[in-house]
Amino acid sequence: MALLEIKDLHATVGEREILKGINLKVNAGEVHAIMGPNGSGKSTLAQVLAGRELYHVTGGEVTYDGKDLLALSPEDRAREGIFLAFQYPVEIPGVSNMYFLKAALNTIRKHHDLPELDAMDFLERIREKMSAMNMDQTLLNRPVNTGFSGGEKKRNEIFQMAVLEPRLAILDETDSGLDIDALKLVAAGVNAMRSADRAMVVVTHYQRLLSEIVPDFVHVLAEGRIVKSGGKELALELEEGGYAALGLQDEAEAVSKA
Amino acid sequence: MMAVSQQIGNWLEQFTKQEPAESWLQKLRENAFTRFTELGFPTTRDEEWRFTNVAPIARTQFQPAVGSFAGAFSPPVGVELLFINGCRIQTELLELPNPLPKGVAVEDLPGAENHLGRYADYKNNAFVALNTAFLGEAAVIRVKRGTVLQRPIEITYQAQSSGAPFVTHPRVLVIVESGAQCSIVESYQGSGRPGAGYLTNAVTEIVAGDGAVVDHYKIQRESMDAFHIATLQVALGRSANFTTHNISLGGALVRNDIGVTLAEGSEATVNGLYLVNGTQHVDNHTVIDHAKPHGASHELYKGILDGRASAVFNGRILVRKDAQKTDSKQTNKNLVLSDDAVINTKPELQIFADDVRCTHGATIGQLDAESLFYLQSRGIGKAEARGLLTQAFAQDIIDRIKVPELKDQLEKVLAEKFHERSDH
Repeated sequence: MALLEIKDLHATVGEREILKGINLKVNAGEVHAIMGPNGSGKSTLAQVLAGRELYHVTGGEVTYDGKDLLALSPEDRAREGIFLAFQYPVEIPGVSNMYFLKAALNTIRKHHDLPELDAMDFLERIREKMSAMNMDQTLLNRPVNTGFSGGEKKRNEIFQMAVLEPRLAILDETDSGLDIDALKLVAAGVNAMRSADRAMVVVTHYQRLLSEIVPDFVHVLAEGRIVKSGGKELALELEEGGYAALGLQDEAEAVSKA
Repeated sequence: MMAVSQQIGNWLEQFTKQEPAESWLQKLRENAFTRFTELGFPTTRDEEWRFTNVAPIARTQFQPAVGSFAGAFSPPVGVELLFINGCRIQTELLELPNPLPKGVAVEDLPGAENHLGRYADYKNNAFVALNTAFLGEAAVIRVKRGTVLQRPIEITYQAQSSGAPFVTHPRVLVIVESGAQCSIVESYQGSGRPGAGYLTNAVTEIVAGDGAVVDHYKIQRESMDAFHIATLQVALGRSANFTTHNISLGGALVRNDIGVTLAEGSEATVNGLYLVNGTQHVDNHTVIDHAKPHGASHELYKGILDGRASAVFNGRILVRKDAQKTDSKQTNKNLVLSDDAVINTKPELQIFADDVRCTHGATIGQLDAESLFYLQSRGIGKAEARGLLTQAFAQDIIDRIKVPELKDQLEKVLAEKFHERSDH
C-alpha cells in the first residue's frame, strides 16, 4: 500500500481553481520531486496536503497510511507524521523557538502514547541535530523565525523536521533564496533523513536542489495537473530545455492568461 | 436619574463621621469634599468619560471598609507595606525578614504636607476629590537623595470582601529625591467570597527629583466584581527617568488616569497591558505633558479582549510651547478574540512647539491565520496555538519588566489565563 495516494484532487482558493485533478502515488522510502513553472500549483498542493484552510478541496481524495487525509485537522496530520517545510516560514514574536519545538514534539509523542520529554531530555535529544544543521543555541532561545535570515529560516525548518521525524516530509521550495553553501547544508540535512520507512515530496522550481537531493521520481506540474512524470533524468532535461521545451509557460504568462 | 444630592448623601455621612485630622489635612479634606459635591460623579456626557459609565458606582451605597487582618492570609515575600481593606498592617505582625532598607523612610502624614494633593488634581476629578476627602492612612515613602535601592518597594492593597459593598481610598505618595533610584511595585488584589463588590478608589503621586530614576509597576488583580478607579500622577525633575507598567487583569469596571509631567531632558516610558473577558470594562486614560525642552516619552499599551468585554485607550500627548526637541512615540495595539468585544482607541496630540518629533499609531487585529496554521502544522492543537499566540502578544510588555520575581509571577498568571481560555 502506498504511504500517500492522491486521486483526482481539485482545490480552489476563493473562486479560482488551482488544482485541477492531481494524481500521485508515493511509497515509503521514495523521494518525489514536483517541478513546474511559477503559478502551476506546486505550493498549493503542498499546503493542501498539510491542511491549510485557505484552500478548499472541491474534489478527489487523498489517502495517507490508509486514512482519509482530508478529514484530519492540520494538527492531526502532523501528529500522524506529515511535515511541511514552509517556503516562507512564519515569524512568531513572543514564542521561543525552543518552547515551540518542545511543545510540538511532546504533542506528537503524546499522540503516540510516548512519555513527554522534560527540558533536559529534550535538549539532550536535539543537541546533535542542532550541530548537524549548524544551528546556534541562540537561535533556539530567540522567538520563532523572528529576525532570522532567509537561510536561518530554511535551516530551522529542516532542523524541526529532523527533531519531529515525520513519515512524510513535504519540502516547499526549500532551496529558494539560499546560496550554494546554505543549499548544501540544507540538502545534507534532508539526505540524512532519507530512509526506507520515510517518504519525501520535494517541491522546487529549479533543478539545482535535485543535484543535491537526488529524487527517485520527477513530476512536472502545469496549470494544476501533472503533465509529465519520469525519473531523475527528467529534471536534467528541464534544466537544459527549460519549461518552454515542454510547451509550458512561467508565471507571468500564466497569470495574465488567467 | 438619581439626584446628585442623593448620591452625595451617603458620602456626606461618611465624611462627617470621619475623625478630624490636624488642621492642614482637615482643610485639604474639606476643600476636596466640597469640590466632590460640586462635581458629582461623571457621566457619559463628559467627554473624558464618554465610554465609561460609572453609574453603578454612583448608585451603590458603599460602606467604609473595616480593616481586618485575617491570619490565614500570607503576604507576598518582600512586601514592605501591606494594607488590608485600607488598613495598614504593621510589618511586625507579619514577621517580615526585610526591614526597610537604608535611605528609605516611611513617613507620617505631616511630613507629606508639602506634597500631598499637589500633583493629583482633585479640582477636576470627582474620584480624586473623594479620595482626598477621605485621606487618612496613606503610604508615604521617601527615598533619600542619592540612594540606590536594589530591591523594589512593594505596596500591596488587599481587599477582603465579606458581602456588603465597601470602599477603600488607597493613597500613595512616593518622593524620590534627586539622584536616587528605586523600583516601586503597587499591587491591588481582591480575595474573600464574591459579594456585592467593592470600590477601590486609589490615588498615587510620585515625585522624582532631578536625575532620579524610578521604575514603577502597578499590578491590578481585583476581584471580578470589583470597581477599580485609580489616578497616578507623576512629576519629573530635570533629567529624571521614569518608567511605569500598568498591568490590568481583574475588576468589573476599571479606570486608570495616568499623568506624567516632564521637565527639561527627562524621559518617561508609559506602558500598559490590559486583559478583559466576560463583561469586564477597562479604561486607560493617559496624559503625557511635555512642559520643557528635550524631553522624551515612549508609550506602548497593549490590550487583549475576549467575550463581551470592552476597553478604552485614550492617550493624550501635550507638547507645550517651550518643549522644543521633544521626542514622543505612542502605540496602542489590540488583539480582539471575539466578535462581541469592543475597543475604543483614541490618540490626542496637542502640539504647540514647532521642532518636535511625535508619532502615534493604533492597531486592532485578530490572531494571525498564517501563524496559527504554522503552529498547527507542527502538531500543536488549535486551541493551544491560539493560547500561545495570545500570550505571545502580551509577551513584549512582560519582557520589559525589570523585577525578575514580578516578571516570573506575571508570566505564570498569563500562562494560566490563556490556557484556561484555550480550553473552550
